[in-house]
Amino acid sequence: MQNDCGCNCDRANDERYAELKAYIDSVKGSEGITMTVLQEAQRIFGYLPLEVQKFISENIGVPIAELYGIATFYSQFAIKPRGKHHVGVCLGTACYVRGAQKVMDKVVEELGVGVGETTQDGLFTLDATRCLGCCGLAPVIMIDDTVYGKLDDVSVISAILNKYRE
Amino acid sequence: MDSVQKVNVTINGIAVSVPKNYTVQLAAKEAGVDIPTLCYLKGVNEIAACRVCVVEADVNGVPMRNLPASCVLQVQEGMNVRTNTARVRKAVRQNVELILANHNRECLTCKRSGTCELQKLCRELGIDDVPYKGATRKAVIDDLSYSIIRDSSKCILCGRCISTCRDVQGIGVLDFTKRGFNTEVAPAFDYSMRDVNCIYCGQCIHACPVAALREKSYIDQVWEAIQDPDKFVVVQTAPAVRASLGEEFGLPVGTPVTGKMMAALRRIGFDKVFDTNFSADLTIMEEGTELLNRLNTGGTLPMITSCSPGWIRYCEMNYPDFLDNLSTCKSPQQMFGAVLKTYYAKKANIDPKKIVSVSVMPCTSKKTEAARPEMQVDGLRDVDISLTTRELGDMIKQARIDFLNLPDEGPDSILGEYSGAGVIFGATGGVMEAALRTVADILTGEDLKDIEYKAVRGLEGVKEASVTLPVNGTPTEVKVAVAHGTANAAKVLDAIRAGKANYHFIEVMACPGGCVHGGGQSHVSAKARLDVEPKRNRAQALYSEDERQVLRKSHDNPDIKKLYEDFLKGPNSELAHKLLHTHYHKREVYLPQE
Amino acid sequence: MNNSINELNQLKANAVKNLEATEGRRIVVGMATCGISAGAKLVLDTLKKQVAAAGLDNVQVMPTGCIGMCIYEPIVEVFEHDEEKVTYIHMDPDRVSRVVSEHLVKGKPVVEYTIGEDENGKLKSLNDLQFYKKQKRIVLQNCGLINPEDINDYIAVNGYQALAKSVTTMTPQDVINLMKASGLRGRGGAGFPTGLKWSFAAANEADQKYFICNADEGDPGAFMDRSVLEGDPHSVLEAMAIGGYAIGASKGFIYVRAEYPVAVERLKIAIKQAKDMGFIGKNIFGSGFDFDIEIRLGAGAFVCGEETALIASIEGKRGMSRNKPPFPANKGLWGKPTIINNVETLANIPKIILNGPEWFKSMGTEKSPGTKVFALGGKINNTGLVEVPMGITLREVIYDIGQDCLNGKQFKAVQTGGPSGGCLPQKYLDAPIDFDNLVAIGFMMGSGGMIVMDEDNCMVDIARFFLDFTVDESCGKCTPCREGTKRMLEILDKITQGNGTIEDLTILEDLAENIKNTSLCALGQTAPNPVLSTMKHFRDEYVAHVVDKRCPTGKCKALLSYFITDACTGCTACARKCPAKAITGTVKEQHHIDQDKCIKCGVCMDTCRFNAIIKK
Ligand SMILES: Cc1cc2nc3c(=O)[nH]c(=O)nc-3n(C[C@H](O)[C@H](O)[C@H](O)COP(=O)(O)O)c2cc1C
Ligand code: SF4
Ligand code: SF4
Ligand code: SF4
Ligand code: SF4
Ligand code: SF4
Ligand code: SF4
Ligand code: SF4
Ligand code: SF4
Ligand code: FES
Ligand code: FES
Ligand code: FES
Ligand code: FES
Repeated sequence: MQNDCGCNCDRANDERYAELKAYIDSVKGSEGITMTVLQEAQRIFGYLPLEVQKFISENIGVPIAELYGIATFYSQFAIKPRGKHHVGVCLGTACYVRGAQKVMDKVVEELGVGVGETTQDGLFTLDATRCLGCCGLAPVIMIDDTVYGKLDDVSVISAILNKYRE
Repeated sequence: MDSVQKVNVTINGIAVSVPKNYTVQLAAKEAGVDIPTLCYLKGVNEIAACRVCVVEADVNGVPMRNLPASCVLQVQEGMNVRTNTARVRKAVRQNVELILANHNRECLTCKRSGTCELQKLCRELGIDDVPYKGATRKAVIDDLSYSIIRDSSKCILCGRCISTCRDVQGIGVLDFTKRGFNTEVAPAFDYSMRDVNCIYCGQCIHACPVAALREKSYIDQVWEAIQDPDKFVVVQTAPAVRASLGEEFGLPVGTPVTGKMMAALRRIGFDKVFDTNFSADLTIMEEGTELLNRLNTGGTLPMITSCSPGWIRYCEMNYPDFLDNLSTCKSPQQMFGAVLKTYYAKKANIDPKKIVSVSVMPCTSKKTEAARPEMQVDGLRDVDISLTTRELGDMIKQARIDFLNLPDEGPDSILGEYSGAGVIFGATGGVMEAALRTVADILTGEDLKDIEYKAVRGLEGVKEASVTLPVNGTPTEVKVAVAHGTANAAKVLDAIRAGKANYHFIEVMACPGGCVHGGGQSHVSAKARLDVEPKRNRAQALYSEDERQVLRKSHDNPDIKKLYEDFLKGPNSELAHKLLHTHYHKREVYLPQE
Repeated sequence: MNNSINELNQLKANAVKNLEATEGRRIVVGMATCGISAGAKLVLDTLKKQVAAAGLDNVQVMPTGCIGMCIYEPIVEVFEHDEEKVTYIHMDPDRVSRVVSEHLVKGKPVVEYTIGEDENGKLKSLNDLQFYKKQKRIVLQNCGLINPEDINDYIAVNGYQALAKSVTTMTPQDVINLMKASGLRGRGGAGFPTGLKWSFAAANEADQKYFICNADEGDPGAFMDRSVLEGDPHSVLEAMAIGGYAIGASKGFIYVRAEYPVAVERLKIAIKQAKDMGFIGKNIFGSGFDFDIEIRLGAGAFVCGEETALIASIEGKRGMSRNKPPFPANKGLWGKPTIINNVETLANIPKIILNGPEWFKSMGTEKSPGTKVFALGGKINNTGLVEVPMGITLREVIYDIGQDCLNGKQFKAVQTGGPSGGCLPQKYLDAPIDFDNLVAIGFMMGSGGMIVMDEDNCMVDIARFFLDFTVDESCGKCTPCREGTKRMLEILDKITQGNGTIEDLTILEDLAENIKNTSLCALGQTAPNPVLSTMKHFRDEYVAHVVDKRCPTGKCKALLSYFITDACTGCTACARKCPAKAITGTVKEQHHIDQDKCIKCGVCMDTCRFNAIIKK
């Protein structure tokens, strides 16, 4: 079944759209809601695919090119699906001077993907992050919400990642 | 009474007194000092992005920090500006060099060579080398649509197209995407212009200082057809073309060149040189009759004109609830084609399959319109190839015709005769005025003398007027509105949707100013636009041609009368419907693709 | 609900009792992001459980903000009425068990988990450390002391008194005059006088004005603002309301980076509590002044710390800067007069209102009164958050507070001001730190990141690192920043790859000059600073890279090679580990590295137990 919009995303039966619609309705009318709506959509869907941006465009009247422009400007928005786990290697200054590049190289080697990419198995998405505010533990990586610090010895990284492979 | 507060500033030692709200850029102009610009498009794009207009300045002896951008820097009392210091020259040059380092510099084979603002600036600055090598923006050349090519390798990210499409047209097809060095100007998800909410009005092409946005050219196909002895190649030229074509040959903006244009077309080798003005008159007959019918029989009102394909596409995408309000008339371009391959073919005894129907339009959207599946009769396309004014200029140059010294010639018969009403189609309000001239005559049964409806002329975004006419015998106030530019159209439609406005008849032109400022017209640089308003100048050319015409009402056009008598058997007849009317449908864009 | 001042004082009296633990003990766990990532959450949970299990009714366990000494996290402090607090470090659940059973139940502190005893056998507290002795805590006063999730704790330490005083006893002009008299300058980087800035917005007539707190803190390696938000969120809310009152704004926004989930959560809690108590909302303290605060989240763009980009972002657009003037104080959010202040700037304000401008001016230097918080990091022993009076020297911060470089390495430079700042070499160690002084010697205060580099850090590489950051974070709007910084980065890449020429250095300087001069916003205008400062102070390193094709620190991989010396015993270990199969040799004979195959991973060097492999 095709939607009005021509896509096949099954909007009508997907409660995520209902959830997003409810959010939009709750903020509609106030100024400057574009970012907050995109943030909410990203939270609900995990990323911002075409269908979702189209849906938002239709509902808040902002051209889709503008939404896409915003989504690709801010590094926290994703337009491709992300891996189950998010690996952020801190490349903040404190971490960098204490060897974050080595950490990054090791993580890249372990995951076999570059920065901003997702592993084939869909398990990990790798990002370079800015300072995570844990400079005292530098160099650090963050997997989902957990920070792993003092990674001066990069050989421990493979064990850390393996925990998420189970 | 001088109510504008003035301030005194010095530009390169020259003292000028300018209004308080002036920028340094404009003040410098008053002082006879030219400051380069690239991203600046007055009133449209004032984002100070390119930084080629930087100057040195101090205010009452206190130097300003860094080198401010003169295109947005407001004058202040006691400001002293220097545009020609070594520091400024070096900075301007370096910024242009930086742009060039990330630019596909192939001027020799570039569509905009000669009208390119960047190229001109390079020459003016004497840049003879680009000292930086390195990464360049990913080259995306999108030529999938019928109308527009987007070439990111030429884009300088000035944002002029974005402001134009988003703010002037109210559409927002293009925007900045990504950021930093990876910034691009593109539709969402890098979709092709073919598959997005673009109406192909080409206003962005006008805004673009370089060749990053340009029309898709079909010149070669035309030459091929002309060369083919089996083909009978016929050309029509839209009303607005004659008001701009001269600019391609250096004439002032808005110089009418109707006669030379006809002569040039013959010399290029078209078998017949006709005029879209003819089918503009025909459109008025059909559309006027349709309006009368709707008025008389309680049909869907307001009726909205349908001759601008940009507008049609806009309506199909954004206001599908108004599709029944659209006149079912094809545009003059298409009507012409339909009549050409039926009526004319029969009269001239030519196999319609051999006819190649070429149009020259002020418009980039017409290329897409010509390709709409429904724009055909019995398997024959109404229009086979649609060119722009600029492409015609190029063909004339390719044919090495000395345009400026051509004699004036007229169109061929029997699809060349036109009235003044047909001429003014090219300016905003023109269709409305032409329609009123005919409708008023029919309803009153008189040959009215007062035919200049000045209320619908001019560059006001939305114009309103009302005329009292006898409808079904009772004097009725017929309320009309004219909107040009899709953003203005949206205003009118929103007001109607909200129940805040009420009209009988609305003219909408997708382009600001109407077709005289269509996306296919000659380029006028941002600099030149500080002094001339192409919309006004070119409209003036059309209104004066109207005044010179003996026949000024569509229904007085003898060739039109003949067409109805000999062939169509009256406006809105069954045959007229088959040939001259069409239908619309809701249009979805950004469909998922692999 | 509207509170009167009397009610506030009553609330305070009750809250003080609680905070001073007049009965029993109060235990706090450092629960800022830093602590949490070191495992503080588990420590807190375990503590709570075990305290309950042990039936210790009059022991309160609560989270607190950043205590400031990252190296000791997780930190637990036990406060006893009328006694010195006991500080436990590197806590984990096992250690918690012992502390509960021995200290809390039996009253005997577990000395081995503290930072030790002094010569008199008295338990040392954090306050006894050099790290704290040189500090002067105003902004961070409450961090590590109060529970940031409980407004009563804040009230106990004079919270919302300054707001009450402002709106009930002062006119907006009085507040502005007081701020002007205090000499407070913006801590967000530029050091613009806060009172003066407020006066611009106050002077503009408008139906609506806005007060924004800039909590975007994008500098890589800076986390001062985060700690304030996590440890003392109400101080920021209170200051915003005071600022709103002064300029005539009824609406405030906090723009906070989404990478700070803990801060966002605590802000949300704080706003709710302050609203419930009537400190934010309608008719504050019966004065007729209304002020509302909303949180807006950033989404990962450094440039959004810049005022106009931040405004664009709140308006829901791409965070691209726009030309100034007009300044936000005249035309800001949605075209209305808007003031933007940094978190740390704001955190000073309630204290200034309460203690007066003279008190504030008694600290710091004449032109830069007060304190500054720095995030001390990099190759230094004591990393953490330090607040020092302006005018202190770098030497004091790095050697007295920071306790020298890690592993006894030689200090090389300290980077201040993040990507817009520069690298200060040894010779400026005795320069007093304040806004004007740093500018005078060609640097800038920046927001407060202070990263120490030692002899192992290559300054060319550091410059490249910062430029890489700005290239990535440039909004892309204007030519010099978008195109120019990329060209600079390419040249630096070329140099660190060993392909640089001496002319490249001139081009770099030329580009830098132009980018500074013509960029639209301060991001571009300051982007070349790290390159310029390293080129100025560490030119020999650049020359070594381009002329000798040598990286003095051995950091630039392309410029170094690994060799096996005659110390090699022929154990074959390296050959087996080399991922490039670049090492050949017969058992018990000296091995050899094929330079064409070697990918310079360094594995062999780490492997060799005989230190037979060197790089040069
Ligand atoms: C690129 C750039 C990033 C900035 N980032 C921040 C930031 O993260 N936090 C901040 O408070 N100020 C930042 N600033 C400074 C702000 O633009 C602004 O000057 C400051 O918030 C004003 O507050 P203050 O007067 O209290 O310092 C940044 C400036 C620039 C140019
Ligand atoms: S766009 Fe202009 S500068 Fe670029 S290649 Fe074409 S003519 Fe030359
Ligand atoms: S001037 Fe340029 S285009 Fe002309 S011939 Fe010389 S190189 Fe070719
Ligand atoms: S052609 Fe018109 S609608 Fe399409 S992008 Fe250009 S301005 Fe926008
Ligand atoms: S396409 Fe043209 S108008 Fe648009 S940003 Fe690029 S250069 Fe400017
Ligand atoms: S207004 Fe004229 S030029 Fe513009 S799209 Fe319509 S028909 Fe084409
Ligand atoms: S200087 Fe950089 S960040 Fe600022 S406007 Fe220009 S491109 Fe954007
Ligand atoms: S540095 Fe790496 S690649 Fe080179 S020899 Fe040693 S182990 Fe092999
Ligand atoms: S590991 Fe060391 S000692 Fe052993 S073969 Fe390699 S270089 Fe020689
Ligand atoms: S620089 Fe990595 S946590 Fe701060
Ligand atoms: S910055 Fe002024 S013209 Fe582009
Ligand atoms: S202890 Fe909080 S920042 Fe390290
Ligand atoms: S530039 Fe990298 S260590 Fe030399």
